[in-house]
Amino acid sequence: MSPLAILGVLSSAIFSGVSLLYITLGEVVDERSGIVNLGLEGVLLVSASSGFAVTVITGNPIMGVLSAMLIGGLMNMILGYLVIHRKANQLASGLALMFFGFGLSALIGKSFVGAKITSLPRIPFLGLSGLPKLYTSLFSFDILIYLSIPTAFLIWWLLFRTRWGLGVRAAGENADTTFASGRDPRLIRYQALFVGGLLAGLGAAHLSIAYTMNWTEYMTAGRGFIAIALVIFSRWHPLRAIVGALLFSGAVAFQLLLQSSGVHISPFLLDTLPYVLTLLVLIIWGGNRKHSAPASLGRVYQGSE
Amino acid sequence: MPNPLENQPPIIALRGITKTFSTVLANDHVDLDIFNAEVHALLGENGAGKSTLMKILFGFYRSDAGEILLNGNPITVHSPRDARTARIGMVFQDLNLIPAFTVAENIALFLPDLKAIMNPKEIDQRINEISRHYGLEVNHQALVSQLSIGEQQKVEILKLLLSDARLLILDEPTRVLAPHEVKALFNVLDNLRKDGYAIVLITHKMKEVLECADRITVLRRGKVAGSLLCEDATEEKLVTLMFEKELSELKINQGTTHESTSMPVLELRGVETHAEGAGISLLGIDLKILPGEIVGVAGVSGNGQRELCDVVLGMETCIKGMKLLHGQDLTNLPVQAMRRNGVSFIPENPLMMASVPFMTVLENMALTDTGRYARRGGFSMDWAAVKADIDKTVQRLGFTLNLYTIAKSLSGGNLQRMVIVREMTHDPRLIIASYLTRGLDVQSTIAARQALVQAREGGAGVLLISEDLEELLTLSNRLLVLYEGRFVGEFKPSETDIYELGHLMTGSKVEHVSNG
Amino acid sequence: MSQMVKSLSRTTFSSPWFNTFIRYLLVTLLALFLFGIILLITGKDPIQSYKDILTSTLGSAYGFSEVLVAMIPMLFTALAVALPSRVGLINVGGEGQLYIGAAFATWGALTFQNQPAWILLPVMVLLGMLGGALWAFIPGYLKAIGLVNETITTLLFNSIAPKIVGFLIFGYWHSAMDTVKTANFVPAARLPAFFGTRVHLGLVIGLALLILFWFIMKYTRWGLEMRAIGGNSQAARRNGLPVKRYLIVVMCIGGAIAGLAGMAQVSGFYGVLLLNFSMGLGFMGFLICWLAGGEPIGILLMSFVVAVITTGGNMLQLTRDLPYAAINILLALTLFAVLARPNFFGGKKA
Repeated sequence: MSPLAILGVLSSAIFSGVSLLYITLGEVVDERSGIVNLGLEGVLLVSASSGFAVTVITGNPIMGVLSAMLIGGLMNMILGYLVIHRKANQLASGLALMFFGFGLSALIGKSFVGAKITSLPRIPFLGLSGLPKLYTSLFSFDILIYLSIPTAFLIWWLLFRTRWGLGVRAAGENADTTFASGRDPRLIRYQALFVGGLLAGLGAAHLSIAYTMNWTEYMTAGRGFIAIALVIFSRWHPLRAIVGALLFSGAVAFQLLLQSSGVHISPFLLDTLPYVLTLLVLIIWGGNRKHSAPASLGRVYQGSE
Repeated sequence: MPNPLENQPPIIALRGITKTFSTVLANDHVDLDIFNAEVHALLGENGAGKSTLMKILFGFYRSDAGEILLNGNPITVHSPRDARTARIGMVFQDLNLIPAFTVAENIALFLPDLKAIMNPKEIDQRINEISRHYGLEVNHQALVSQLSIGEQQKVEILKLLLSDARLLILDEPTRVLAPHEVKALFNVLDNLRKDGYAIVLITHKMKEVLECADRITVLRRGKVAGSLLCEDATEEKLVTLMFEKELSELKINQGTTHESTSMPVLELRGVETHAEGAGISLLGIDLKILPGEIVGVAGVSGNGQRELCDVVLGMETCIKGMKLLHGQDLTNLPVQAMRRNGVSFIPENPLMMASVPFMTVLENMALTDTGRYARRGGFSMDWAAVKADIDKTVQRLGFTLNLYTIAKSLSGGNLQRMVIVREMTHDPRLIIASYLTRGLDVQSTIAARQALVQAREGGAGVLLISEDLEELLTLSNRLLVLYEGRFVGEFKPSETDIYELGHLMTGSKVEHVSNG
Repeated sequence: MSQMVKSLSRTTFSSPWFNTFIRYLLVTLLALFLFGIILLITGKDPIQSYKDILTSTLGSAYGFSEVLVAMIPMLFTALAVALPSRVGLINVGGEGQLYIGAAFATWGALTFQNQPAWILLPVMVLLGMLGGALWAFIPGYLKAIGLVNETITTLLFNSIAPKIVGFLIFGYWHSAMDTVKTANFVPAARLPAFFGTRVHLGLVIGLALLILFWFIMKYTRWGLEMRAIGGNSQAARRNGLPVKRYLIVVMCIGGAIAGLAGMAQVSGFYGVLLLNFSMGLGFMGFLICWLAGGEPIGILLMSFVVAVITTGGNMLQLTRDLPYAAINILLALTLFAVLARPNFFGGKKA
């Protein structure tokens, strides 16, 4: 097992994990405000396809990323309208959004399958440029990768150190108390959904524009659901999500490592590890309800009379 | 106790407040004056209207008539936010905190001038200023879920003080506090009073009122029974104001009292329960109910009545002690086992606690004993048999019931009748009746009471929990008083009177009397 | 005579059934309209597209049979949500339970290849149900002891199941030529089909289950008890009903039904076990149950409607050069229209 192989695996885990991290951070914000987005998979697909399309059309990957973010925010607004204004069931609305995303993304991306794009420029990691080309290319990361961990800290700061974040978390715990404190839980939830959508779009954009640099149907391959599991695994905390994202995407990379060193564990079983770990986390910590999910997660706020 | 400032006008004045909830007149032209630098106790039994009145002041409810004056000027308080603007704050019995947040976060949430980028140090400082001054120290970084109820209460008070309230309303604050915590609370209230805050204390506990209040207003059945300064108040006077009833013709119907050598229907020996959060723990409960006897339990709601019912029914586990039904040890067995042994339960809130709102009356009837009516191994239900049984009971009790209406659409009285019919249908041997006639109209009340008496005459044992002393005195063979999770008195109705009971219910004469 | 007509029309037009029918109709029209606009934007002719959908599905006997084929698994997965919902459980795990049921049934098909159909098929049915039930047991148990919400656990189990199926195929069961699927099932392991179409026995089983469900909920003791628990679990407990037991058992039965969907798909439809063969069938079932308000007739109707749409989507792919996935948009728009009008669909929870 050559050092090159290990590094290759690590590099791949980082690339893959970063988009997962952004997506997870977005869902953390959403769920902290009390809304679970089962349609995340659909949101990701639409953002990825439209971001890719814009990149092809404008030739500018930054435009692509920004438009993907915006589209992500808008898709989440659909969920917001249904769940907040129309007081619809969150699960059903999320699933409907998921199917919508399946269809819309296919439609958008159809003409762009196989197109080539100029991706985001990649910068070698911390002056490793002195090393042979092989190593440098593995560890040249685009700007989004460098920004990923700072973004996690930013989201942490936003949720725990700002007045807005306090309101978001309060809305997710108890909408009535939030209202009593002079805030509008519905408005807060819309805002949280939008921010979450921006982040989800960012993650999706990284996937199609910076990582795979192409578009195929269903290319997010369940990342939406992985992120939902990851949110639970990190117990709704942005910083723990970093560890989780690396762990989860590392599972894939880990398989390759094991294979090349002669150990045969089925990649399929390794793929289940993230979910099994999340279940364990739930069972161990879930009993003590106060340390787990936001108390109002999934509930429909009836509003004040 | 220092003299209240007699020449100052009240900071808040309530005039002619009237509020009706469907059939109940909760507040009947109530006038109340609240002064700065005073602790004003609002005393009364359950249903007297104290909570309602304060909720109107806090903007939770809107009064049907009357006005609220702030410094002599009428104001509208239509929501809690209006109340906050008027600098009125209320600490509810079920505290309004977010368990997953820290103390500091809970307080910060309600700070009117919280900065967009929060400065934890600054917030801590502000909290410390107030908490040290008034003796409300709590660990700021602790999660509220980790605090005791007493500490949570401190946080609620801090929250109000820091959000600039100057009239504090506390709803039964000592209900769940330990004695030393009560003392601490009174110290805090004293300090607040000295600094000019106006405090309203809603309570039913005599001793505390006399210890801590400057002014006392007693409410009874929605009206102001009297208002006096503390120095003029004695226990006797207060009990009289709280409980004076027009003692109508009480037909004390004793029925046949059995020898105490018959096997008790129910026996609780040394039963204790553990309460979570804001519940009450039962301590050292000894209880015997003989067949053909109604044992009444008097007490202000919130002193362990719900826990007592739940323990007997099997909804709540005993951490200590034994529960015997006809001599059989059925401690901590599930509800099913109780019901199979002839235990019936008539709860105080039939809609929420005993019936399925979307099902018809007929369907609800079958729920306590589905096995009896199942045919062909469960594949069909013999509704004709259900109906027949109901008809028999209905005739015996003299009710009328429409079997095909949906439970949700029944009035409170009719719903209670439905539950009574159901629970009496299979000749239960032990009936737990919890606030049987609360919120019922006169006719339903009479019918319900007659049903119990009938059951007693048929040899059943009845545990009657009620806050209606007249009802208890009329119906019970024996009477116990429940206070803070313990039985504090036992009498025959002929041996006691409303005043003695009133004393015990409000904790002013505490004697631990063991049963039997 | 005219009196009779008058009174008949009066009852028809004011009956709640009619109202619901009109509302469903309006909602459907709204969705069709919006989808038509999207079609226009992408340069397709909406009218022609809709005509294509209708002719390919309802316009021919074969088309109709294809609709029925698509409908079969959805009947099961919707029922798998409807039953637990009666006791207040939210089962979003149909997807996973389906896969495990399919896996168990496949094991039966591969292991007992030499048995005649009248032995093999019932065995596979039982295995399918067993698999689904087992997969639902842990979520049910965790919910009953009050530890974890079943919505979360069933979702997680959803993601694990296809991986297990993949593991089994890759590792043990794959055919000589293909690593993504097993060998074709022997004829004895296939649910028989009717009249030269692909409509298989699964349809009969599904319909039978729906009728059984209706009967049990309405007439039996268990239906009464379940409705009581779902209506007010606190009251149910006070009345002595064994709530915890019901939660676990009903969750398992729901899983078993979803497992049956998996069995029906691999045995009746595909004839092999294929990686990732379910394209959201479990979730579709959840949505159908929700649309139908948990009622058996509604499930039948909604499954039919959804099947028409998805089957028609196939046609659009061929004739209009639209990616198959695009039909999901029409589906989603219908759902959005329903979700945005909660007062249409009463107080039933999904």
